[in-house]
Amino acid sequence: MTVNEKVFKFKVEVILKKGVLDPQGEAIKQSININNLGNILDVKQGKLFELTASSKNREHAVEELEKICSDLLTNSVIEEFKYYEVSE
Amino acid sequence: MFPEFDVKMIWHKETTLPKVDLVVLPGGFSYGDYLRCGAIAAKSPIMKAVKNFYEIGGFIIGICNGFQILTETKILPGALIPNTNQKFICKDQDLVVENNKTFFTSNFEHNRTISIPIAHHDGQYFLNDSEIEELEQNEGIVFKYRDNPNGSIKDIAGVCSKNKRVIGMMPHPERAVDKDLGSVSGLTMFESLITNFLKK
Repeated sequence: MTVNEKVFKFKVEVILKKGVLDPQGEAIKQSININNLGNILDVKQGKLFELTASSKNREHAVEELEKICSDLLTNSVIEEFKYYEVSE
Repeated sequence: MFPEFDVKMIWHKETTLPKVDLVVLPGGFSYGDYLRCGAIAAKSPIMKAVKNFYEIGGFIIGICNGFQILTETKILPGALIPNTNQKFICKDQDLVVENNKTFFTSNFEHNRTISIPIAHHDGQYFLNDSEIEELEQNEGIVFKYRDNPNGSIKDIAGVCSKNKRVIGMMPHPERAVDKDLGSVSGLTMFESLITNFLKK
């Protein structure tokens, strides 16, 4: 990190695309319903990432983040992502 | 049984391949299979060279984790996700030879049923509808499961690239090369390769 750089924090949510079978979500749904915890029609299990970036500005940090999301954190055949900035 | 071949092990941190006829990405686990199976291995330094090798028409086979790595690098289409029953499945599995017009499968009869072991947790092949159609049109489906064990779309067990020079499969042909192992179906794949390389 250089003197001109700032810290930006992001959360990235990755979830399976519609139409991709999610056996883990299905097992969780069954457990909820069997245990009478609620009447749940569908569960999708995803992933949450917290990334702390050092960058010259927000625009550059977001540009890098989008590349990280599409190149590594997700496989576009089966997953989609969204991200948001967090203060802490 | 086989003429003499040189085999070279290539470390994942290497950046170049020696002069080879065939690259084999074996099964196992890579980088703990964190994130997604094969995802981090697909970014390892050697994979740039493997991708290059594919682009110049090199022959590649990816078995199990190797198949997952080939889909993560987009050398092969699709993705491999957890088995529908959420279990690690390890057993002999009947497959049907769908395409015997590849370097890897030419010694098989078309539509023949063979037995090759599977050993995976994330073997469910997925591809969206339009891409499945394209794969079928390109004769990209090489093996199908009989009695689909893992929920793979269209019972797909193995696929090949458009140029038919790269194949990826979840079953382990290298574990079916001796009668004492229960099957010699896998041996036919390696014999096909040798026959075709010697003809080249």
